[in-house]
Amino acid sequence: MKAPRFAYIRPESLDEVLELLAEHGEEARILAGGQSLMPTLNMRLSRPRLLIDINRIEELKGISFEDGTVRIGALARHAEVMDSPVVAEHLPMIAEAMPHVAHVAIRNRGTFGGSIALADPAAELPACAVALGAEFVLASARGRRSVAARSFFNGLYETERGDDELLIETRIPAIEPGYRSSFMELARRHGDFALAGVCCHAKVDGNVLSDVRLAFFGSEDRPRFADAASAAAEGKAWSDDVKDAVKEALGGDLDPIGNFHASAATRLHLARVLTGRAIDRMVAAG
Amino acid sequence: MDEFADIELTVNGEKIAKRVEARQHLVDFLRIELGLTGSHLGCEHGVCGACTVKVDGSIVRGCLMLAIQADGADVWTIEGVSDSGEIEDLQEAFINRNALQCGYCTPGMLLTAAEMLEAGRKMTRAEIREFLSGNYCRCTGYHAIVDAVETTMESRFGG
Repeated sequence: MKAPRFAYIRPESLDEVLELLAEHGEEARILAGGQSLMPTLNMRLSRPRLLIDINRIEELKGISFEDGTVRIGALARHAEVMDSPVVAEHLPMIAEAMPHVAHVAIRNRGTFGGSIALADPAAELPACAVALGAEFVLASARGRRSVAARSFFNGLYETERGDDELLIETRIPAIEPGYRSSFMELARRHGDFALAGVCCHAKVDGNVLSDVRLAFFGSEDRPRFADAASAAAEGKAWSDDVKDAVKEALGGDLDPIGNFHASAATRLHLARVLTGRAIDRMVAAG
Repeated sequence: MDEFADIELTVNGEKIAKRVEARQHLVDFLRIELGLTGSHLGCEHGVCGACTVKVDGSIVRGCLMLAIQADGADVWTIEGVSDSGEIEDLQEAFINRNALQCGYCTPGMLLTAAEMLEAGRKMTRAEIREFLSGNYCRCTGYHAIVDAVETTMESRFGG
């Protein structure tokens, strides 16, 4: 189908974007990579009166590292994140996740900030942000604020971002010495949305895990931090018994939503299997 | 802030200036306004890859980018890339390997394969499949397409 009619504006400065958002609020949509917005327009699931194209705002671009934190500008394209030496060195989980994010032509255009702000529950990057303790910086004409990833996602495509706010960057703590990450997902076709996916991050000393952080996607209406499963591995030497305990605990963390792609029971089973494999690999990587 | 805008861009090396409707996506612009019907529309929501075009050096989904966003861009379609001869060997390999039947996906497949060839190295069949994973083909079962890309890589970069 064809998109409905809308007005379009391409501001040259961040201030101009924020003024427009303050004025138009929920009647406007921000157009970054457009890889999720455009399908909803073409299918007429969305009928904004105004598209605000932020693609030429320089300060939203780029990836940098400073004081132990990686800053990923909202407009950093997936392809750019995937090829970034900064990400490869400091955020190995994200580097591992990137090849699973859609397909080449979509990665050339889709943005990091767009994926976070959209909050698709089957998307990789929101879950990575939750596991890694990322912070999202939101700007509006009222000022700026920072929101922790774990309290940002409220539900299906629902976030803490207000209608007059723009996600301008993501700040993610760089991996510390002794820590390791592991990322795994299952999808029907490579690059399609996940049936189950896990992000693991922990300090690994020999085979003893601490500061364990497990986050899941493709399960329910938002990325889910698995408190019980993470706690089940905390301070433990990784073994078959601990693996069983983590998988068991995961049943208390996740409440998957079944659909025609996979039932709730199948999704929970897949999440459990992936978790075992992902931690196996993380421990073996040393 | 308007539902129409004047844009200037380069398409297949030729400078174009047009007034476009904001809601028109790039492939409709290429097909309807410029008569370049080599770029196809399959699903029109970013799943099938038939609309693949090259914008500022990288392949994109032509149905997921507005024409108005291509203001100032350098756009290449299958027509331009065919005429330049830069993928003649790839096209020959597609024919030799029967890597198409109906041909609907072929322009997108060729442009995606061309981006793979730009990496300048031979890839494994698994890498080729992964790279092509965003392009649907409902005729060939992909095997022949992977063959054609692999053959072209072998002849360009050695076995």
